[in-house]
Amino acid sequence: MEVSLPRMGSSPMPPVLSDGSGAPSTYRRTDMTEEADGTAEVSERLPIVDYLQIGDDPHLVANECTDCGARYFDRRNACAKCGRTAFTNVRVAGEATLRAFSIVHRAAPGIPVPYVSAIVQTDDGTSVRANVVGLDDPLKAELGMRLRLTTYGCGTDDNGTECVAFGYAAV
Amino acid sequence: MADAVWVLGTSMTRFGRYPELDAVDLASRACLDALDDGGVSIHDMDVMGAGTLFQAQSGMGQRVQKQIGQTGIPVFNVTNACATGATALRAVYLSIRAGEAQMGLAFGVEQMGKMGLLRGGAKDDANVYEPSGRYGAVTGVDGILGTETMPGVFAQAGMEYAYENEGVGFEQFARVAYKNHLHSTLNPLAQYRKEFSMEEIMGSPVQSYPNTLLMCCPTGDGAAAAVLVSEERLRSLPGEVQKRAVKISASVLTSDPWVESGQVQPDVNTLTRNAAAQAYEVAGVGPEDLDLVELHDCFATAELIHYDNLGLCERGGAGEFIDSGGPFRDGRTPVNVSGGLISKGHPIGATGVANVYEVTTHLRGEAGDRQVEGARVGLAHVIGLGSACGIHILEKAA
Repeated sequence: MEVSLPRMGSSPMPPVLSDGSGAPSTYRRTDMTEEADGTAEVSERLPIVDYLQIGDDPHLVANECTDCGARYFDRRNACAKCGRTAFTNVRVAGEATLRAFSIVHRAAPGIPVPYVSAIVQTDDGTSVRANVVGLDDPLKAELGMRLRLTTYGCGTDDNGTECVAFGYAAV
Repeated sequence: MADAVWVLGTSMTRFGRYPELDAVDLASRACLDALDDGGVSIHDMDVMGAGTLFQAQSGMGQRVQKQIGQTGIPVFNVTNACATGATALRAVYLSIRAGEAQMGLAFGVEQMGKMGLLRGGAKDDANVYEPSGRYGAVTGVDGILGTETMPGVFAQAGMEYAYENEGVGFEQFARVAYKNHLHSTLNPLAQYRKEFSMEEIMGSPVQSYPNTLLMCCPTGDGAAAAVLVSEERLRSLPGEVQKRAVKISASVLTSDPWVESGQVQPDVNTLTRNAAAQAYEVAGVGPEDLDLVELHDCFATAELIHYDNLGLCERGGAGEFIDSGGPFRDGRTPVNVSGGLISKGHPIGATGVANVYEVTTHLRGEAGDRQVEGARVGLAHVIGLGSACGIHILEKAA
């Protein structure tokens, strides 16, 4: 059973406005699994960013302005499009089209190259930046190709906690 | 216009690597030369604009004053990413326009040495993952959630143009670099002055496709400075000084308006289009009137999309424009005859003022081997991520 926890530690300010459910509207989730004896144990996976919802049905979550519909992945002070200050969490569509990409050969230290950096546009009109993953050849990336969100492990820390990243794979 | 502002004197150091000097030395040299070029001294200045990025907190203006003349004038220390130089110029311009200065000195300087790849936060080997920052990230995301490297970000901007328009691909982007390297052979102030073939350019090591090494600007050191003067003060100066002055017929600064994709990909297009529209309107000219343009080719992909953004070509026609020779020095609208950032260099704070130096020099007929014949009107453009766009339109004295 999944339980959402309030955001811990990363922000000196409380999140902006709730979605009416009483829970803060920007929060990250940790997977929780309920043990047979009813106790819950925190499993050891964290999303690389808090707008990635991991678990059985991974998807991105955006803060959507209730007035103009603009979507944001970061914590908000106000809407940068219309200036209003009410947001609601929305699920971002998983399928997308590749609008721009670059095959990166020279990268930050520790990053395997080459990789395909991508700007995709989801079917519900949200732009996302991630990598195109799962190509056997980076040169197979093509402008306009159809993609779907996927997740993968991107590292482990000293506690054995796994970091989970997202990317887009060819449909 | 009665309260116009003019460029009275201007200079730039050759861009390159100067490990034996520091930024204060480079800026001082550019400032002293610009003052000399205008036949004035630091004691004639009412205001100073000092642009630098990596040493933005060091009080660069005051450090330079302590080298060339501490006269107690107001100093604006200015930073605006790669539009820093244009912003420093604009600070002095506005002081004069506001009537609070008759003459001012603006400079831009940077010492980057061999700084290498400019990029985002690297994946750190975190001992314990702890979400932090505005996105609750547990580690650096550059390379995992797309690229934050400069060659990569600008590669994507070019690729988006290629997606939306016909006739644009690797070859068109490479041709931009071919042009700028070729142009630089005539510019003694360029960091690099070597011609490369299309094969060499396309075959040089890929940084972030389609940007290869020879399609990227180098890091380096340099400074540029300009003395600005009010029209009222200019008219009191000797005739031969007035003849060399160049009018600033537009000085514009914009930032990036909200666009849906802006949070994942810097939009370098809208703010440039907005700045260009404002500048053309204020100056009373159109892109077809420009005799030369010095624009922000931090990467070859960037220059191509700015042909469109500045209205130098038909909407969507940047590929055709470069293929037809339009922006070459003997083409319809010479672009980056200096060699551009790609070959002339890009010490970040200096570039915005250096572009104005270049256009001014052509309008004065003093550009030597690289002179664009009969140049009367020119445009200087810079853009810094975050974002800021500075455009100046300059006109030869009648």
